[in-house]
Amino acid sequence: MRADLLADPVDGVDEVLVAVAGVDQALAAGLLRPQPAQVAGLAVLADAVAGSPLGARVAEAAEKAAAGAAGEEHFVSLAVARIALLGSVHDALMVRVGQATGRAPGDSSGSVAGGGQAENLVLAARSWLADLARAGWQGIDHDLVSGAEPVISALLPEPRLRRLAALLDGFAAELAASCPGSALERIPSRRWGDLWSRAMLLTLPGATEVPVGTVTGRLLPLGVDLHEHATAAQAQVHAVFEPADGGTPRLVRASVSAPKPDTIIGAGIWQLLRPHLSLLAAVSEGRSMELADMPITGEGDLLWRDEHARLGEPADPFATARVVLPAASALPTAPLDRHPARIAVPVFLEGYFAEQAGEALTFSLAGQPVVVDTDRVPAAGPLTPEAVATSNACIGLVRWDAGVFRVQPLAVETTVRKKVVALHAGAWAGGAVDKAGVKAEKAATDAATVLRERAGRLLRK
Amino acid sequence: MSDWESASAARVLPPARPRKLSKVPFVELADGRLQGVVSSGSDIERVYVSSVAAGSYDFACSTNNNRPCGGARGAFCNHILALVTEAVLQYGVERVARYLRVDAAGMDAQAIYSIMMGARPSQADSAAAAQVFSRFLRHLAYVELPATTAPLPELQWFPPTRVVV
Repeated sequence: MRADLLADPVDGVDEVLVAVAGVDQALAAGLLRPQPAQVAGLAVLADAVAGSPLGARVAEAAEKAAAGAAGEEHFVSLAVARIALLGSVHDALMVRVGQATGRAPGDSSGSVAGGGQAENLVLAARSWLADLARAGWQGIDHDLVSGAEPVISALLPEPRLRRLAALLDGFAAELAASCPGSALERIPSRRWGDLWSRAMLLTLPGATEVPVGTVTGRLLPLGVDLHEHATAAQAQVHAVFEPADGGTPRLVRASVSAPKPDTIIGAGIWQLLRPHLSLLAAVSEGRSMELADMPITGEGDLLWRDEHARLGEPADPFATARVVLPAASALPTAPLDRHPARIAVPVFLEGYFAEQAGEALTFSLAGQPVVVDTDRVPAAGPLTPEAVATSNACIGLVRWDAGVFRVQPLAVETTVRKKVVALHAGAWAGGAVDKAGVKAEKAATDAATVLRERAGRLLRK
Repeated sequence: MSDWESASAARVLPPARPRKLSKVPFVELADGRLQGVVSSGSDIERVYVSSVAAGSYDFACSTNNNRPCGGARGAFCNHILALVTEAVLQYGVERVARYLRVDAAGMDAQAIYSIMMGARPSQADSAAAAQVFSRFLRHLAYVELPATTAPLPELQWFPPTRVVV
């Protein structure tokens, strides 16, 4: 990998982010009675998309919002403009990642049909999001934030609406813990702007519809990426798929997610997800899987169904990373998913020097440092920041946030008593066998047992 | 803008810490209260719904059948001590003390409990109990929600963290 290319600034990104900051600043103070600074911020946003098909709608929305008279459709337009801008940042960053890794990003193609009638439940979410925008982050209070609860409770049981539900649930929890907004010393404005605008987007009918095909061939796992907030968790297995017909290998992902009580954490999350994705067991056992007619989206997300997969031969992820990964091609990100936070490109690194300076760890590749993000490595697993800092080879994901590319380790090879040992972040995903893992599993089982017992006894009364 | 303010994946909430759930299956800092549910030691059908208000430390404790707790007559009962203890395990002493507005820098659960008790708080009516209990049931309902293998791209914004914020 060309680490120097990751360190160079990407042209145009800073300018786009200024326009994003304009709308974020407006959202911080709220759009009930906008002040001149906010009006200016909205104008910058409208200018930035003026030459695009969104131009007229966003200009109108910015004007209405500046007058404190924005309706829900205007807030949707502002959210969409913000997302479009970050989509362009995503594209520019992906071109750079492609140059650094030598893998061309997939051609972005396809469009979203959209249209149709939004369900009442989704409209209720949109109405809450509009109220949030009017109050602003500095104006949030418990009454406003708790208004999301009935909406979230109604959205959650419906897997079709899970994207919106999981997002709102995590977002509302952060807002609730930050009330009253008037007392906030600092505001995560980029983040909350992202979460708010994505939620708005997901209230548009058809926004989550994706084209689906099927694939048959061999799946070689690289590693597991975990996501979690207090009441939801998702495991994403990054893998290389080799088509049975001998076509080009492709980078794909398989995901499993579930809502959870906030006391199910650590190994408990693996236990929760494990029964729904047989691939997690294959990952822990170091095996490949044979897929037959497995559904897959246009951006390379397998829509996993256990009956379309069976356990295959042993497959060492480091062998996959060394031999197959360089030849694998990437599929294009779905148009509406284009956002810098969505960038997670598998890479294999070796021949680096790990350098620890205080909290910060870097891998020095040909004299060029790459920032290593060990904070994303889940605590429930054998991979630790210490192991990463003494590693010789690493399977990771290239990510970008707050202006910096980072590598998130999924697995490392390190030398212990003159022997090469591989440590995987997702080693416990399918079941832990080492001593620390077994102990963590036991504690997690106890917690889940208590909750299930309490639910069984008290819930249906 | 600081890096934190311009980060999409800025960590806002610290991760929950592990604790045993057998005695106190549910505890939260919400609605201006430390509130939760304590399982009865003698009757598996019974739970106590307990709460302490931030600032005033007004407290309430009653069973899920709306009977007053025998221990909470004029002063904190053992259920409230259990609640404070488990909240400190789950959220850390700093966050619990800050939420309740107890000046307990570098202290433990017992200290928070004693300081609140020393302020001679009054007993609140049991009006909050129904709400706390329904929040507990909502919490339990998460155990039974279905999993999905369709990707949730939005969870990219919620990475795990090893750092206690």
